[in-house]
Amino acid sequence: MGLRDASGPYFGDYGGRFVPESLVEALDELTAEYDAAKADPAFAAEFAKLGATYTGRPSIITEVPRFAEHAGGARVILKREDLNHTGSHKINNVLGQALLTKRIGKHRVIAETGAGQHGVATATAAALMGMECVVYMGEVDTQRQALNVARMRLLGAEVIPVTTGSRTLKDAINEAMRDWVTNVATTNYIFGTVAGPHPFPAMVRDFQKIIGDEARQQVLDLTGALPDAVAACVGGGSNAIGIFDAFLDDESVALYGFEAAGDGADTPRHAATISKGRPGILHGARSYLLQDDDGQTIESHSISAGLDYPGVGPEHAWLADIARARYLPITDTAAMDAFRLLARTEGIIPAIESAHALAGTINLGRELGPDATILVSLSGRGDKDMETAGEWFDLVDRS
Amino acid sequence: MNPTPDAVGAAIDSKKASGGALIGYLPVGFPDLATSIDAAVAIAENGVDILELGLPYSDPVMDGPVIQKATQSALAGGFRLAHAFEAVHAISARVRVPVVLMTYWNPVLQYGVDRFADDLVAAGGSGIITPDLIPDDAADWFAASDRTGLDRIFLAAPSSTDQRLRMITESSRGFVYAVSTMGITGARSEVDSAARALVGRLRDAGAKRACVGLGISSARQVREILDYADGAIVGSALVSALDTGGVAELARTASALSVGTRLI
Repeated sequence: MGLRDASGPYFGDYGGRFVPESLVEALDELTAEYDAAKADPAFAAEFAKLGATYTGRPSIITEVPRFAEHAGGARVILKREDLNHTGSHKINNVLGQALLTKRIGKHRVIAETGAGQHGVATATAAALMGMECVVYMGEVDTQRQALNVARMRLLGAEVIPVTTGSRTLKDAINEAMRDWVTNVATTNYIFGTVAGPHPFPAMVRDFQKIIGDEARQQVLDLTGALPDAVAACVGGGSNAIGIFDAFLDDESVALYGFEAAGDGADTPRHAATISKGRPGILHGARSYLLQDDDGQTIESHSISAGLDYPGVGPEHAWLADIARARYLPITDTAAMDAFRLLARTEGIIPAIESAHALAGTINLGRELGPDATILVSLSGRGDKDMETAGEWFDLVDRS
Repeated sequence: MNPTPDAVGAAIDSKKASGGALIGYLPVGFPDLATSIDAAVAIAENGVDILELGLPYSDPVMDGPVIQKATQSALAGGFRLAHAFEAVHAISARVRVPVVLMTYWNPVLQYGVDRFADDLVAAGGSGIITPDLIPDDAADWFAASDRTGLDRIFLAAPSSTDQRLRMITESSRGFVYAVSTMGITGARSEVDSAARALVGRLRDAGAKRACVGLGISSARQVREILDYADGAIVGSALVSALDTGGVAELARTASALSVGTRLI
């Protein structure tokens, strides 16, 4: 048994199902349908066809030598999930879960979203497959990602701003779970990351592992060898597990997850869950989380809405504990510097989420030196972040 | 001090002949700790047979707007877990009704399951209702509750399979909390007919005591439920009364609800 074979409900001590009894039947149904789908070649064929004809798979890899000069001269290769339809890796998982929803025979889907990438992807899949779609989004995020709200509405989804708690991703998930508890007979919850109760961590990973499966072969074809390191940003952790999975049993490949450190991992304003949190329960699973002594979740902070989450997927918690992957914090400032650097050196504007992986790569390249090859998950594109970037770098003329 | 053995079960059984039990929910620390203690005492003195004290939690996925607002306000007001034991102790000293806690699982886990159980026993509490802990993932709670004699009150839902209802019934002690409807807490004008069916299925699964909660806000609904269940659980309606009219209004609401527990 390799590390790749872990399929839940527990990854080491992490995972499980800490949910209201009302959801157990739906989770059991989802697990059974997913197990059946996994064994059904027709499902795999339909998923692959959508990837090829709708998402634009396989996504390419791009070597970025001018950027790499700032990363100790190491070879840096980007896996371009930013070029997917809808602009990020989120579409991979959403199409899988939407196909599963059709299989189960439900016609209403709900989703949570932080940056709006998963919400847009879900709204897209719902439009494609003719399903009703409701997206829960923290009110703070609806403001910092207003364009994505408009995109979801244009696609026919209802966007509900969530005004409870910190009014960000965490509270959007709470509200989506309340909807699901109430409407579970008609509704499937298309969960956006590798967190949540079983089967979501394993299922979402399986729909995202195509990132690493493709990239591993692409890097082999390009360089003739496996990369020395693989880097990805980690909020809930879906793009990271997606690119890590193919390399889990390649012992020579170091895996790095870069968490959002906001103002700094040693300040109160960050989202560095594995670096600074401790094990507990949030959103149906046991994993690392940011919490106080009483087990109350602490609000996270990051310039990146997609990483602004106080929890993390249980498989990452396990990979951290067994030291198969390392998780390091990246501040807002470092991420924004890397964001601009990639734009200026390579003509690629990354999502601010992905810029955390780029900032980590700069440090990593300097550490590993010019002989090293680093594969980076460029999980999304930065169009949605132009307002934030405009403010950060003072790019917009004001009269 | 150990909890009176099976105090919850005894309280429910003692009301069977006269109509059924009323279980009242209030959050600790709302609107403040002292008032929440007075409020719990007031409903116990006005017809509530078992007190269910809710522990405010940052991510209450089973709660609707009324209870969310109250518990978030308690957290903003400085609620700490230690206050829950203070409240149980103070209430138990003033009224002789069993007190159970309603808590999401992470606070218990962080406090330490054994330490939490010991402190609850020391305070005079009788058990815990666990809205996001299912028997499948509760090994450490089984051990701690068996050691201390605390009641384990798990939830059963209309969507639960017969096999799960049997497991939930066998795992629970005190009573089984039957969720009346697929949804979250909050007053509803009609209580779902699913509740009657669920209680029937729980009986078939061997449940000695099944109490129904979610959506109950009037004496008429309490009466309807006690037609087939052993207890009716009221939450949001009490919290609303406390929020709008203080302890006096809360006491009147509890008294009015308790009319539904008496056979005419």
